[in-house]
Amino acid sequence: MLTVPVEIQILFAGILFLLGLIGLLVRRNMIFMLMSIEIMFNSAGLVFIIASTHWKQPDGQVMFIFILSVTAVEVAIALALLLQVYHHFKTLDADSVNKLKDHN
Amino acid sequence: MNLFFYIAAAIAIISTILAISGRNAIHSLLFLILSLLAVSVIFYLLDAPFIAALEVIIYAGAIMVLFIFVTMMLNIGIERRTEKRWLNPRMWIVPSMLAAVLLTDFILAIKHVPASPFADQIILPKQVGISLFSTYLLAVEIAAILLMAGVIGAYHLGSQKKKVTHRFLGKN
Repeated sequence: MLTVPVEIQILFAGILFLLGLIGLLVRRNMIFMLMSIEIMFNSAGLVFIIASTHWKQPDGQVMFIFILSVTAVEVAIALALLLQVYHHFKTLDADSVNKLKDHN
Repeated sequence: MNLFFYIAAAIAIISTILAISGRNAIHSLLFLILSLLAVSVIFYLLDAPFIAALEVIIYAGAIMVLFIFVTMMLNIGIERRTEKRWLNPRMWIVPSMLAAVLLTDFILAIKHVPASPFADQIILPKQVGISLFSTYLLAVEIAAILLMAGVIGAYHLGSQKKKVTHRFLGKN
């Protein structure tokens, strides 16, 4: 039986989420940005599981399954878009995809 | 048990830091898989073995393999000019400071979690399934629609369109 305080567990999930946020803000490579989004999704699911274990209710695990399906769809679409971007621009740099910007 | 939790948490955090700070995409993805496996150990310790199995099978197994395939297809690994500029400490210190402020805020906010009034019991996958298909049935159907839209969208975006030029304009 795990007796780690629930505050520590949520703190761990928060640290993972913030690491994902830092990665999303710092990296410009689209693969790395997607990976950071995955880290953030995963830590949100971790909070659901922690709450589910804390309150002994199955709802958190149900929510994790929904997060899993949303993540799968998101990754499939995002990677397909990423392939298209690479074919058009020959780079994955997010700052180079700025054809809609005014060049004045 | 508590020692296992702390070890797995430390592995998860360290490998996540290595994943978001790496230069090589494949190495970062492997570190991310390590992080997901550590989180899966934590799920197991939190009395959710079913979710731990789903994490390994779907996250580390399916989603990350998709990432690795795309990375290998694109054959990236060459460092980009902008990326190198972004990775020096002067550029990432501000986001990290902001995240540290958020973390302090978060620590202060979660300082008092009320104790659970429920007796010690393990949530079985059976309960999860019953809840999934009774209370959350509508959400399951919405998730099915979302997956369908995802399949169609990924097929549409992933298909290579044949370049159509007019017969007078094409290089004959």
